[in-house]
Amino acid sequence: MNVSNIKNSQVSPSEGFREAFTLHLADNALIMGHRNSEWCGHGPILEQDIAISNIALDLIGQSRNFYQYAAQLFNQSTNQPINLATEDSLAYLRDVRDFKNCLLVEQPNADWAQSILKQFFFSTYQYYLYQQLQNNKDEQLKAIAAKALKEVTYHVRWSSEWVIRLGDGTEESKKRSLKALDELWMFTGELFEPAFYETTMNIDFVLLKEGWTKKIRSVFEEATIDIPVENKWHQTGGKIGDHTEHLGFILAEMQFLQRAYPNSEW
Amino acid sequence: METNQETIFQDKVDHEIKIEPKDWMPEKYRQTLIRQISQHAHSEIVGMLPEGNWITRAPSLRRKAILIAKVQDEAGHGLYLYSAAETLGISRDEMYDQLHTGKAKYSSIFNYPTLTWADIGAIGWLVDGAAILNQIPLCRTSFGPYARAMVRVCKEESFHQRQGFELLLTLSQGTDAQKQMCQDAINRWWWPSIMMFGPNDDASPHTAQSMKWKIKRFTNDELRQKFIDMIAEQVKVLNMRLPDADLKWNEERKHYDFGKINWEEFWQVVGGNGPCNKQRLDARKKAWADGAWVREAATAYAEKKASLNPSKGGTSETV
Ligand SMILES: [Fe+2]
Ligand SMILES: [Fe+2]
Repeated sequence: MNVSNIKNSQVSPSEGFREAFTLHLADNALIMGHRNSEWCGHGPILEQDIAISNIALDLIGQSRNFYQYAAQLFNQSTNQPINLATEDSLAYLRDVRDFKNCLLVEQPNADWAQSILKQFFFSTYQYYLYQQLQNNKDEQLKAIAAKALKEVTYHVRWSSEWVIRLGDGTEESKKRSLKALDELWMFTGELFEPAFYETTMNIDFVLLKEGWTKKIRSVFEEATIDIPVENKWHQTGGKIGDHTEHLGFILAEMQFLQRAYPNSEW
Repeated sequence: METNQETIFQDKVDHEIKIEPKDWMPEKYRQTLIRQISQHAHSEIVGMLPEGNWITRAPSLRRKAILIAKVQDEAGHGLYLYSAAETLGISRDEMYDQLHTGKAKYSSIFNYPTLTWADIGAIGWLVDGAAILNQIPLCRTSFGPYARAMVRVCKEESFHQRQGFELLLTLSQGTDAQKQMCQDAINRWWWPSIMMFGPNDDASPHTAQSMKWKIKRFTNDELRQKFIDMIAEQVKVLNMRLPDADLKWNEERKHYDFGKINWEEFWQVVGGNGPCNKQRLDARKKAWADGAWVREAATAYAEKKASLNPSKGGTSETV
C-alpha cells in the first residue's frame, strides 16, 4: 500500500496500513503493560501485586506477538533489508513520534484508582476490538486476537471488580475514583476515532464504541459513579505519533540499554 | 504432662513424622519457626525490589517478560510462606508490622544495590542459587506447612537460577562492554552471596537446637562449602573469575578452599548499615501506607455486600 499521500510525515515509505495498524496494536499493549509493570513490588496488597503483574505479562506477551508479525511484514516488503526488523528493534529503536499507542495507556499510574480505571477503560476497549479482530481477514491478526481475548476477558473482569469496589467502598476511595475519572476521561475519545491506517482494517468503530459505552455504563452504575456527559472535545493524536510528554520518559527508561550499548545481544 | 508431650513431639520429629499446626509443640519451637518462616517470607517480598528495579529497563521484550515473571514468583513465595507462618498463630498484618518496625529481619543480600543489567543475572545465578541450597533441605523440615511450601518454592527457584545463569552467559559471549558488566556484577555479588549462609558454625549458637528439631539439616558452613564448590565450577563456563585470590581446589579435602569472609561487613549490613537498608524498608513501608485506603475500601465494600446478602455472609470476596 502506498501511503505517500498521507500527511503524517512519521510514516516511513515501507510502512503500509497493515504494518502501521499492527504496530499500533503492539504499542498499545506494550506501553500499557509497561505501566502495569511499574507496580510490581509496590502494590497495595500482595495478591493484587501479583494480579497486576500478571496483566503486565499478558500485555507484553500480546505486544510481542504483534511486533513479531509487524517485523515479518516489514521484512517481506523490503527486497533486501539491510537491517532486519525484529520485535526488539521495533520496541526499542523507534522514537516517540513513531509510536502509535493511544494517549490513554501512556498516562501515569498515579494511584491505584487511576491505574485501575485506566486498565478498565483500556481492557474493555481491547475486548471489543479483539472480538472484531478475531473475525478479521488477516489470519495473523485474527489468531493473535483470538488467543488474547481470553486474557483480556479476565482483565476486564478484574478491573471492573476493582472499579466497583473503589467506587462503592469508602468516601476516600470514591473521591479518588472521581479524580481518576477526571484525569482519564478526556483520553477515552481517541479510542474510537480511527486513524488513517485503521480505516481499511474492517473495524466497525460505531459498534466498538457502543459495546464499550454499554459496559462502562453498567459497571459505573454498580460503582455508583456518574458517567460524564459526552465531551465534544477529546485529546487525540497518540495513534499518529502526537503524544503527551509522558511517553518520552517511558521510552527513555525502557530503551536505555539498547541505546547505550547498540548492536548487542541481550 | 509437659515432658510427656515433649517426648512424643521429639519422637515424631526423630521418626520424620511431620508436625502439623494443631499438634502440640514446644513454645520455643513455635517461636523459632515463626521467626524463621516470616523472615523467609519478608526476604521474598523485599527481594522483589532490587530486581523489580530493572523491570522497566530490561533490554529486550523476552527479558522483560522473564523478569516480571520471576519477580512475580517471588511474590508468590512470599504468599505461601506468610500462609505457612499464619498456621502458627500470627497474622500477616502482624508480620508486616514486625518487618516495618525493624523487629523482623530479612535476608541481608537485598540490601545491596542493582547497578547494572548484569546484576539481574548475578542475582538469579548466585542469590537464587544460594537460596536453593538453603531451601532444598527445608523441603524435609519437620513442620508440615513449611515443608510443603518449600517444595513449591524450590521448583521455581531452580528455574530462576538457570535463567540468571543464561543471562550472564549471553553477556559473557557478547561485546567487551557486556563481558565487563558481567565480571563486575560477579565481583560485587560473590561475597554477599556466600554470606547468605549465615555466620560460621562456631558463631551460630542456635544450630544445635534447630538440628535437633529438624528445622535445620545442615550447618551454615556445610551449605556454604557446597555452594562454593558448585559455583567455582559453573563460573568456568562463563569464562569469568570469582573475586577470591585464595580460591583453590583442595585435593585432600575434595573441596575448594576459599578466602576470609569479611564478617564485619556482614554484621554491619545485618545491623542496618548496608547500602540499601533504608531504601528497601522505606519502599515496603511506602507501598503499605499508600495501599491503606485501598485495603480499607475493599474491606468496606465486602462488608457492605455481606450485609446486603447475609446468606453469603462469611464468604465475601477476599482480595
Ligand atoms: Fe523466592
Ligand atoms: Fe527466586
